[in-house]
Amino acid sequence: MGVIMETKDVTVSFGGHVAVDQVSVQILERKFTSIIGPNGAGKTTFFNLLSGQMKPTNGSIYFKGADVTKRSATERTRLGIGRSFQITNVFPNLTVFENVRLAVQSQAKVRYQMFAHFNQYKQFQEKTDEILALVFLQDKANSLAMNLAHGEKRKLEIAMLLALETELLLLDEPTAGMSLEEVPAIIDVIHEIKQQGNRTIVLIEHKMDMIMGMSDEVLVLYHGELIAKGTPNEIVHNEIVQSAYLGGGG
Amino acid sequence: MNIQNLEKSTWFYLCITLLLFILPMVITERSLQFIIIQIFIFGIFAMSYDLLLGYTGIISFGHVIFFGLGAYTTGIALDRLGATIGSLVIGAFIGVLLAAFVSLLVGMLTLRLKSHFYAMLTLALSGLFLVAAEKWRPMTGGNDGFTFRLPDIIREPNHLYILCLIFFVLIFFGLRRLTNSPFGKVLMAIRENENRTTSLGYKVVYYKVIASIVSGVVASLAGVLYALSLRFVNTGVFATDLTIDVLLMTIIGGVGTLIGPIIGAGLVELAHHWLSSLADVHWIFERWIILYGTLYILVVIFFPLGIIGTIRSKLAGRNK
Ligand SMILES: Nc1ncnc2c1ncn2[C@@H]1O[C@H](COP(=O)(O)OP(=O)(O)O)[C@@H](O)[C@H]1O
Ligand SMILES: [Mg+2]
Repeated sequence: MGVIMETKDVTVSFGGHVAVDQVSVQILERKFTSIIGPNGAGKTTFFNLLSGQMKPTNGSIYFKGADVTKRSATERTRLGIGRSFQITNVFPNLTVFENVRLAVQSQAKVRYQMFAHFNQYKQFQEKTDEILALVFLQDKANSLAMNLAHGEKRKLEIAMLLALETELLLLDEPTAGMSLEEVPAIIDVIHEIKQQGNRTIVLIEHKMDMIMGMSDEVLVLYHGELIAKGTPNEIVHNEIVQSAYLGGGG
Repeated sequence: MNIQNLEKSTWFYLCITLLLFILPMVITERSLQFIIIQIFIFGIFAMSYDLLLGYTGIISFGHVIFFGLGAYTTGIALDRLGATIGSLVIGAFIGVLLAAFVSLLVGMLTLRLKSHFYAMLTLALSGLFLVAAEKWRPMTGGNDGFTFRLPDIIREPNHLYILCLIFFVLIFFGLRRLTNSPFGKVLMAIRENENRTTSLGYKVVYYKVIASIVSGVVASLAGVLYALSLRFVNTGVFATDLTIDVLLMTIIGGVGTLIGPIIGAGLVELAHHWLSSLADVHWIFERWIILYGTLYILVVIFFPLGIIGTIRSKLAGRNK
C-alpha cells in the first residue's frame, strides 16, 4: 500500500502558541482517512500545512515521495493536492456554474487564452454539468453563489474541489454549520466520491459518528498533538482518546 | 448566458456602430462632433480603467501615466518628425511600447503588494511622471505644453472622427472578447476572491500583470487620440484631475461592465460641457464644479451600483 502524503515532525506556532506540535503521519493512497479532535485542536491548521496555505515552523512534508515543504499552494494544487475550506470560500458574485467552470478550466491548458470566447470550450461545459450533477446542484447552476443556502454552498465547495481532479482530497468539515436536514446530502456526496475509488480522501470532522462507518483510518489531534491513530474501532476503544476527547463531552 | 443571447447583443452593438458611422452626416456642428470624439476617447480610457477596477479588482491611482505617455509620444513625434502619418505611427507605437513596458515593470514590482499599497504607489508614480514632464522642458514644453500640426489626412474633422470611432469600436469588441474569454473569467475570480483563485491553481500575479499591461496599452491609445483631438499636449495629461475623472466615469457608469464606463464617459463629458456653458445664464453656473459634484452625489445615491449595474440588478430582480 503506497503512501501518498507524509509529514515528519511538522510544527507550527503562532507567537508562543503551538497549534500543530511535531505531527508525523502517513496518508495511505486511495484510503479514507479521518482527522478528529475538539475545536481548536489544530485540524484546520494541519490542513493548511498540507495544502500550502501555511508553511511549517519546523518539520517537512512529502507528497508522493517528493519534499513539498517549500512549495506554494498553487504548485501543490497542480501536483495533485486539492482542498475544500471549512469557512465557505467561493466566488460570491459569479454563478454556481461559473464557479465550477473556473475550477475545471484551471486543469486545462487554456488558462491564459484571452482571444477565444469561453462558450467555445464545450468540454468545460460538459465537465461542469457532470460535476454539478454529482453533488446534486444542477438546478442551481445559474444562481449566484452568494444566493445559495449554506448547505448548497458546502456542496459547491466540494464540486470545485472535485473539478480539480486532484488525487488527494482534503475536506475540512464539509458539514460545518449545516442544519441537520442538510447533512445527509453531503454524506451522500462523500460516499459517492469514495465509491468511485480513485481518490485518496482526508476528512476533518468533529462529529465522531459520521465518520466511523466510512473511515479506513482515524487520526486524533488534541492540543496540536497526534494522540492516537488506528481503525475506527481501535479509536473508539482507545483509552487516551476516551479520556482526552470522547470523555470530555465532545 | 447562452450563445443566442450573446449574438443578439452583438447585433445590437453592430447597429449602434453603424449609427455612429453615419452620425457625422447628421450632426455637422464642429463643437458637437468634438464632444462626441472626446466621449470616444474617454470611453476608451474608462474601459481600460475598468478592466483593472471592475474586472480584476485592482485599484490604481496612476492610470494617467499610460494616457499621458501616449499623448506625449504622439505630440512629440508629430512635432519633431513632421506632420506625417509615418511620424504619427512611430509616436503611437513608441507610446504603446512605453506603456506596456512601464505597466509590466510597475506590475511586477508592486502587484504582489496589498491593494492599498498598490493604489498609493501608483499615485506616487503618476506624480513622478507629472514632475518629470514639468521639468523636462526641452522635450515637453513644461506646463505650457506645445501645439503641433496633424498629418493632412486627419486634419479634416470628419476623418479624425472616423479614426477615433474605429479605435473605439475595435477596442470595445476586443475587450468584450477578452472579458468573455477563459482569461477574463479568471480576472473576475481574482476580483471575487483572490485566495481561492490561487488555491484553484492559478498564478494570480501573472494574471494581474497581464491585465495591467493590456489596460495600460489601451489607455495609451486613448492618450494618442486625445493628443490628436486637441493638437496640443501639456502636463495636464498626467494630472490627478484626469485620474479622478476616469474613476468617476467608471463608477457612475457601473464597474465590471464595458458599457458602463462608456456611458459614464458620455455623461461626464456632457456634464462638463453643459454645466460650463450654463455660466452664460447665471453666475452660479460658473461654479460648475459644485454642480458636477452634486450630480455625482445624486448618481451615487440613486444608482449605487452605477447606472448599468443598477439597471441590471433591477432587471434581474424582476426576472425572479
Ligand atoms: N492564523 C492564525 N493565527 C493565530 N492563531 C491561529 C491561526 N490559525 C489558527 N490559530 C490557532 O491555532 C489553534 C488551532 O486552530 P485550528 O487549526 O483552526 O483548529 P481546528 O480546526 O482543530 O478547530 C487555535 O487555537 C487557533 O486559535
Ligand atoms: Mg477547523
